[in-house]
Amino acid sequence: MRRYPLRVIALGYLLLVLLGPLAMIFWRSFDEGLGPLWTSLSDPNTVHAFTLTLIVAAIAVPLNTIFGVVCALAIVRRRFPGAGLVNAIVDLPLAVSPVVVGLSLFLLYGRTGWFGHWFQAHGIQILFAPPSMVIATVFVSLPFVAREVVPTLRELGTEQEQAARTLGANGWTTFWRITLPSIRWAVIYGVVLTTARCLGEYGAVAVVSGRVEGQTETATLRVQDAYENFDLAGAYGISLVLAVLSVVVLIAMTCFKPNQEERA
Amino acid sequence: MLMNKAKKLTYAAAVLLALALATGATAASHSTSLSLVAYSTPKTVLGKIIQAWQKTPDGSGVSFNQSYGASTDQARAVANGLKADLVFLSTGDDVNLLVDAGLVNSNWSHQSYDGIAADTVVVFAVRNGNPKHIKGWADLIKPGVQVLTPNPFSSGSAKWNILAAYGAERRLGKSDAQATAYVKSLFRHVVSQDSSGRNATNTFLAGKGDVLITYESEAINSRLSGQDIQYVIPRQSMLIELPIAVTKTSSNTAKVNQFIRYVKGDTAQNLFAQYGFRPVVKSVLAKYANKYPARPGIFKVDDSYIGGWRNADKVWFDPNKGRMVQIERAIGGPSGG
Amino acid sequence: MAGETAFAAPLTGRRARPSSEGAAAALSLGFTTAFLSIVVVLPIAALVWASRADGLQQFWSVATQPEAVAALELSVGAALLVTLVNAVVGTITAWVLVRDDFHGKSFVNAVIDLPFALPTIVAGLTLLALYGPKSPVGVNVAFTRTAILLALLFVTLPFVVRTVQPVLLELDREAEAAARSLGASELRVFRSIVLPNILPGILSGVALGFARAVGEIGAVVLISGNLPYRTEVASVFVFNHIQSGDQSGAAAVAVVLLLISFAMLLTIGGVRFGVTRHERA
Repeated sequence: MRRYPLRVIALGYLLLVLLGPLAMIFWRSFDEGLGPLWTSLSDPNTVHAFTLTLIVAAIAVPLNTIFGVVCALAIVRRRFPGAGLVNAIVDLPLAVSPVVVGLSLFLLYGRTGWFGHWFQAHGIQILFAPPSMVIATVFVSLPFVAREVVPTLRELGTEQEQAARTLGANGWTTFWRITLPSIRWAVIYGVVLTTARCLGEYGAVAVVSGRVEGQTETATLRVQDAYENFDLAGAYGISLVLAVLSVVVLIAMTCFKPNQEERA
Repeated sequence: MLMNKAKKLTYAAAVLLALALATGATAASHSTSLSLVAYSTPKTVLGKIIQAWQKTPDGSGVSFNQSYGASTDQARAVANGLKADLVFLSTGDDVNLLVDAGLVNSNWSHQSYDGIAADTVVVFAVRNGNPKHIKGWADLIKPGVQVLTPNPFSSGSAKWNILAAYGAERRLGKSDAQATAYVKSLFRHVVSQDSSGRNATNTFLAGKGDVLITYESEAINSRLSGQDIQYVIPRQSMLIELPIAVTKTSSNTAKVNQFIRYVKGDTAQNLFAQYGFRPVVKSVLAKYANKYPARPGIFKVDDSYIGGWRNADKVWFDPNKGRMVQIERAIGGPSGG
Repeated sequence: MAGETAFAAPLTGRRARPSSEGAAAALSLGFTTAFLSIVVVLPIAALVWASRADGLQQFWSVATQPEAVAALELSVGAALLVTLVNAVVGTITAWVLVRDDFHGKSFVNAVIDLPFALPTIVAGLTLLALYGPKSPVGVNVAFTRTAILLALLFVTLPFVVRTVQPVLLELDREAEAAARSLGASELRVFRSIVLPNILPGILSGVALGFARAVGEIGAVVLISGNLPYRTEVASVFVFNHIQSGDQSGAAAVAVVLLLISFAMLLTIGGVRFGVTRHERA
């Protein structure tokens, strides 16, 4: 077929939109040499920003993984009225702008919010503190594990589980030794996607965090902060680290991606 | 089998808990920790002042949590629960916001130097070589001149700029109606209203507009960060007084007041002067007369034709009936909150 | 393949479920509902509530103020344009990845997912570096609508490609071969045989891409300049109004954004349903 023109279009487009920008991070970061790069990366506030990003991910990813598996089981295995609605709600975060997420958290936990008074009365800081950032990140990264596990569970069918049950295994054992191992690659792929989303979150945490240096800045917030304060070296430096992390995630995605041909 | 699973979950929970505590612990490891919420331009100089203070007996062992952002945004964040022991904002208007929210004592402006830590003035940032020969306010409304100034409904900096434009005309002898008409003409030349002074600076630096109405301190700090920016101080300009105030919710008011006293002392005032701000202490300002030239027509917000922040807010910035709302509507500009 | 073969009545026949299984069912359902309610439903409910807090008329007047309308028009317009481009280029890319072979194809295949993996703010920064004031290739589109389009093209790139690829892989090529042997041109073969089959995939990618593009902020916020009425997108409008304390104004526009995303998802879902209906008949 008309191979070459198509190939040229596709590859040319990718170069323009995708690979060119990616190359820029690596180029610009080393513009001023390794010295300034190291200085900006070893700034204690930058180190804290990365730590906070990782901590938020370390909480959000396991939560959403557990939720994703349990939810997928509930949707696929237990036929209940409203399963379709649950499915749609799980997909909701994909259609919501991150800024809108941040706003809704403001409306819930802000001073004049639904629960604002209660939390303030008990001295618990939700907004402008890590808890709101965790909640926001959990929201935006919610669907991924569920979306990967649901089709896999559907395809697998229940014969092995039913066989196990006739042999006397209880629900928990069946889940742990039959179901979970058979969906593990879907779970792992979902975890990789969830982690990528958590590391890259910007819009929602920008609204709720208050940008306190060394307290509530994540790596992504710090990039924008550095840029605004004319600290390009810092902005590129942090971006470089994030880009390297993304490449690692990308490799993981490629390795664990459910094999397309096997699904046919 | 179940026991292993339970064990694993417990370990995982313990790890997460430890991580969470570690974040909290690092924050609490100093004996006193003060939360400073400030607007963005003084970030560098406040860092230096804090370091200097920490070397004094009063300040040793005290750590700071610092948040920087657009002045009005920061004020609103504090009103919404952002923890703050002290605030350093770009307008008394934003501090009044906190007074109204019950977070700052209304006598903040009766402290030493009227509660002000440093000053600056309204200036025009122009292109290299000043190709459009912009010297004064009249030049801004010449045909073809494109002006940048932030959105007055989201930026404290913008409010200063508007009052400066109005006040300059009044200083020249124009009436209230004429001066207001000038502001309207000025806004017809405004090509973009960013949400903060810093954003407006970035827009100007990226090549938009012929002139940016900004602060002297912002222009100097941009220069210090390597940005190529040239500015002109008009003969009639407004003195921008930058307030510092302790919050009612602070649990360390004694320490905070010690710090604020330090900020108004010679060491800190010299640091301000080195980093683009005009000291409030006259003797220090005198030393830097070359860097910070005086202007014959400098006026303040409390002067009679502006009448202070509360009055200016009512007349100009009321979100429904203020003059700016009418002007924005007339030119098709941004709407407020 | 496991699960596909019909499994006849279980050997043990219908038996009362052991109580642990009933409890597990209730637990998993309860957990799912509770988690979803707290994390997703509650915030969205608060949002909808806030937007109508001052009455529908206030909602309408806030949502139709000139700056909001301009921002929404820009977001929707840009998202539609970008979606159109993706539909075409994404299909071409998927075709090339499935039907073609060349050195480095697996690298290209892997790299398609980069926009999923890279933080959007980093994407925005790099686009700014490449196509902004200090561009090494002399292209400066910062602070223009072109910049917004570029940013959105980046973040929505994988969607159509990844939804069309599996369908193309599954496609039975015999029909195409048959058509070709009967003398049909390549274009004809594509239009009558391939396209109807991959259309649902394209539509899915389009829907997801649109929903993503219309709400994007991270990639856009640095390169667009956020100039009201010119390059301020709806998400930035909402952000600015949250910052300036106008929560009900922000909520109104946020709800409109949400409704637009849902409308698109529902429309595409409906079109997909219609398109695939004849296959199921």
